[in-house]
Amino acid sequence: MSDNGILRVVARFLIPLIMLFGLYIQFHGEYSPGGGFQAGVVFAAGWILFALIYGLENALKVISQRAMYVLAAAGVLLYAAVGVLGVLMGGRYLDFYPLLDSPHAAQQFGIITVEFGVGVTVATVVMLIYTMFARRKSEWEAVLKEGDDR
Amino acid sequence: MAVAIVRVRDLFAAGMLFAIYSLLSAALFTVLDAGDVALTEAAVGAGISTILVLAVLALARRFEHPTGGHNLLALTVVFITGAVLIYATLDLPEFGQPDNPAQVHVGPHYIENSYSDMGVPNMVAAVLASYRSIDTMGEAFVILTAGIAVFALLSVRPRRRQAGIVPRRPPRRDEEDEELEVDEEDMAGEKANE
Repeated sequence: MSDNGILRVVARFLIPLIMLFGLYIQFHGEYSPGGGFQAGVVFAAGWILFALIYGLENALKVISQRAMYVLAAAGVLLYAAVGVLGVLMGGRYLDFYPLLDSPHAAQQFGIITVEFGVGVTVATVVMLIYTMFARRKSEWEAVLKEGDDR
Repeated sequence: MAVAIVRVRDLFAAGMLFAIYSLLSAALFTVLDAGDVALTEAAVGAGISTILVLAVLALARRFEHPTGGHNLLALTVVFITGAVLIYATLDLPEFGQPDNPAQVHVGPHYIENSYSDMGVPNMVAAVLASYRSIDTMGEAFVILTAGIAVFALLSVRPRRRQAGIVPRRPPRRDEEDEELEVDEEDMAGEKANE
């Protein structure tokens, strides 16, 4: 689809807006509807649009498959680590109050951090699943071609 | 619309109908003032699911394999289950009543205390990330597990011949009919090899 001028122009205009909206619902989630799950999905949708228009290989240059594995695991680890941090600072698991002195600030810090972890995991897992499916076709074609040559 | 999704043989059309269905659900949630749920339904149901369905359709055939005849047993089971469910809805409390079980359990506690506990205006975020934090962590792990499962299934390089498996070529759109013949030839070849 990369040779279609209209798609390229519209995508170039839309992708930054989609990603910005993703970040907005990530970090504004405590004030308005939103949160890690939705933000991750919207952010990944922007990336998938880029992959559809400019090709998967170019999209993988932005964020490599290896980085996706690492970030997907890092997101849930961040979530779990905040819980453990609460235990270490004298509370219960995933209890945010001990993290900071002011209870409200502590809760907001905890909520924003765990939501960020969720967002990172969701975004990278969605990208990863899309990459797997999109790559399958070319793998099949390569294998079939190999078989025909034999 | 659900009937249309079941009846239609063109899987591309079915995918699109599903997307529209999700978008309508999202609109319904917005009408019910459930902004978080509506956002999720629009992003996940109408957005990502549709993209993944299309990605799968690029690998599979576009049209459903026609199955002849009707399964009367299945129809009876579905009808009885449906009738029982509809009968059960008669016992549900009336929609939106203040003394419903959903409104009198932990809901009022969250509504009254979440702002003084958290200082977070969005109650849904407060419940999800703080009161019910371990649930949400479980959900995040479910997502990671789904990613790992897809990775485990699809990262293996496809092989042309595997013992006991008849390989199927990914069809090309314009050659649907020829593909079927090719498959039969492949199968015949497989049997001959055995």
